[in-house]
Amino acid sequence: MEQYHWIPFWPRTAAISGVVVNNLYIAELGLCGLIMAMVVGMMATFCFRYRQGSTASRAGRIEKTWHWEIGWTAATLIAFLVLFVWGASIYIWLFKAPPGDIEIYVTAKQWMWKFEHPGGQREIDTLHVPIDKTIRLVMASEDVIHSFFVPAFRIKHDVVPGTYETIWFKADKLGTYAIECAQYCGVQHATMKGDVVVMTAADYAAWLTAHGAERSLAQQGAALFRQYGCSGCHEPRSTVHAPSLVGLYGSLVHLQDGTTVRADERYVHDKILMPNSQIPAGYPSNVMPSFAGEISEENILKIIAYIQSIGSPRESQ
Amino acid sequence: MTTIAVDLPRNYANEENTIISWLWTRDHKRIALLFLFSITLFFFIGGAAATLIRLSLASPGGLLQPAIYDRLFTMHGVTMVWFFLIPSIPTTFGNFILPMAIGAHDLAFPRINLLSWYVFNLSGLVLLYAVIMGGVDTGWTFYTPYSTLYSNGYVFAAALAIFINGFSSIMTSLNFVVTTHRLRAPGMTWWRLPLFVWAIYSVSIVMLTATPVLAMDTLLICVERFIGVGIFDPRLGGDPLLWQHMFWFYSHPAVYIMILPAMGVVSEVIACYSRRPIFGYTGMTIAMMSIAVLGFFVWAHHMFVAGISIYSAVVFSLFTFFVAVPSAIKVFNWTVSLHKGSIIFDAPMIYALGFVLLFTIGGLTGLMLATLAIDVDLHATYFVIAHFHYIMVGGTISGFFAALHYWWPKITGRLYPETWARFAAALTFVGFNLTFFPQFILGYLGMPRRSYTYPPQWQSWNLLSSAGASILAVAYALPLFYLGWSLFYGRRAGPNPWGATGLEWTTPSPPPTHNWERTPVVKLGPYSYDPVDGSYTTQDGTKNAF
Repeated sequence: MEQYHWIPFWPRTAAISGVVVNNLYIAELGLCGLIMAMVVGMMATFCFRYRQGSTASRAGRIEKTWHWEIGWTAATLIAFLVLFVWGASIYIWLFKAPPGDIEIYVTAKQWMWKFEHPGGQREIDTLHVPIDKTIRLVMASEDVIHSFFVPAFRIKHDVVPGTYETIWFKADKLGTYAIECAQYCGVQHATMKGDVVVMTAADYAAWLTAHGAERSLAQQGAALFRQYGCSGCHEPRSTVHAPSLVGLYGSLVHLQDGTTVRADERYVHDKILMPNSQIPAGYPSNVMPSFAGEISEENILKIIAYIQSIGSPRESQ
Repeated sequence: MTTIAVDLPRNYANEENTIISWLWTRDHKRIALLFLFSITLFFFIGGAAATLIRLSLASPGGLLQPAIYDRLFTMHGVTMVWFFLIPSIPTTFGNFILPMAIGAHDLAFPRINLLSWYVFNLSGLVLLYAVIMGGVDTGWTFYTPYSTLYSNGYVFAAALAIFINGFSSIMTSLNFVVTTHRLRAPGMTWWRLPLFVWAIYSVSIVMLTATPVLAMDTLLICVERFIGVGIFDPRLGGDPLLWQHMFWFYSHPAVYIMILPAMGVVSEVIACYSRRPIFGYTGMTIAMMSIAVLGFFVWAHHMFVAGISIYSAVVFSLFTFFVAVPSAIKVFNWTVSLHKGSIIFDAPMIYALGFVLLFTIGGLTGLMLATLAIDVDLHATYFVIAHFHYIMVGGTISGFFAALHYWWPKITGRLYPETWARFAAALTFVGFNLTFFPQFILGYLGMPRRSYTYPPQWQSWNLLSSAGASILAVAYALPLFYLGWSLFYGRRAGPNPWGATGLEWTTPSPPPTHNWERTPVVKLGPYSYDPVDGSYTTQDGTKNAF
């Protein structure tokens, strides 16, 4: 157990996003303190000076109020707009996940966090990551809504069943930082906790080797691809009229209804569970069975890793 | 009651004194008291749950079992929101004072008013059934798919209770809207309405338009939970976020339903006890109406990290900043209303000044939460808990107690003991800050809400918060005793003990059954106080020395 302060005032900051949010937080705290001081100051002065029985002059009270009203409406509006723009720009930066040096799949379920590294290393409630690398998390939920929260990184995102949510961070301090579930998810919600362990690149490499899985995530996905019978139709040599998945990932798919969609994690996920929506142009519907209820979110993520590995548009060109 | 019957002249309370005469009454004043009785009961039920929660959180491991803890915070939230805060000021002081403040003899639909009370109690019984059978563990927000598929509590009964409760809200607010439009005394133009009436009017419009959506929400929960129609469950083709959109479409305006009436009360009290007109009457009414309207366009600020589109989050953040502007204007206006007044620090005024300070802290922290990047960090932490308790407890309940003391002589015909009341008001302020200020710090440190346990390094702040809660519990229980005492032994109040200008102060205290022998004629706007010679002119044009 590490040392802690009994009366802590400020959380630890260990990611580049943390620093950016801290600055905004301090600025906003300052502004709010100023406004509060103004209100308290005015109120205290008036309450003292104009208490009943005091001799202070009551003559010349402000009767016309509209220019005051317009004055402080304008002042607050301008201050608020500055805060809005500042906050929104950081938010857009935080929530538009860049490609990421390392992509880690996160599955949330009552009441644990499961992590899968690209090399197939799996861990529960602890996440090992290298320092100064952009880590992109692709998160799915097996049951209810959870929320992935690392206070030291100032990041949080709900993990909603039926969809993928992505978030990223770039840790800049070594150490162990708490992961919390911020969305109430059932009786043991409070204990759905974990740790992010930020390591040096060398330590991380050593950790990966020590915990090396026999097969990478994509290889495990390839096995599942055959086990669930996907390969029977989607292999290039198959006689069934089903699209080949080589080079699919990341490409644009033209759909029957004339729209196009990018084949990302969410698209592949939805196609496995709801094959009769978003049919690609030129293919019949009602051919592929739905795997809803038969395959876990974790296994879908592995199959996605496999589909990713058999070619992205860049490689196939 | 018998003592009053002997002591006081004929009035609404002692005219008939059978139990049946109370249960079948159509008098808005008696119905207000019936509501006051019901909501006080629920306030103490919800308060007991809060006390147990804070007691449990005094220790990092939690003293209560997790399953019990989850049921308690759900119970606390549901009871306080729908069975105390939303009906609190409208059904009691709105009911009692609004008709008198506009010079009416009763509400427009006295029978619907009584029906509203019965419907409210019916919903309360259904809720108590849910609690006695084993409770609900979803939190008051009922997030899907947890509430529809995973929770094994009495979600159906609780949702039904909220569904029924909504009809009481709708009936009462409908009554207020029609009464304000149709039953104003001659001369009571819109720009002569006291701000309390404006507040109840604006809140009634929000209730009327928002509550039906809540009825749909709760029905859909029941449909998915019982019939298995996929509405929110992704495995059945539903969308979990749909619930959040629909729920907050009601529940964000509900926040304004809770705070607007208190704003009205505080405006009356500050004007009366500073003995000067309120600063910027027109600005205050416009601010209240804009809050009522803008409140409908900010709901998704509860969902910034829920997976909504980035761009819609940006728009909702902008609107949230917009809705903060009228609130800021009101704070400035209340503060400047003290300028060159002649301020009396009686209990209602202490509650009202406390309201302004606590509401300002609640509002400023609301600004932080409206700032997108900061909300990502603070969402669903104790910072949010502290923020909305500053608004709803520091704001609404302070306003409720201000109203209770301010109109107590009018309702009962007796004065409350001032020293005790001042003490309770000051104690509320201290206890409140001690309870909730540490939660801001806990939130920023990263303590998530709805957790029965937390790491030991956060115990100091939690302990402080629990200590504050015990002070707050005493401060909230105190009025029960001294107000109860004053019912029998309090000094007799004249028609207008505070020298206030509203029409309700022109009838005897307690008022006769139909408020006035003759409908008053209104000659001027509210708040004709003169701090220099202390005189004041009631709205029927009678000038009095103070």
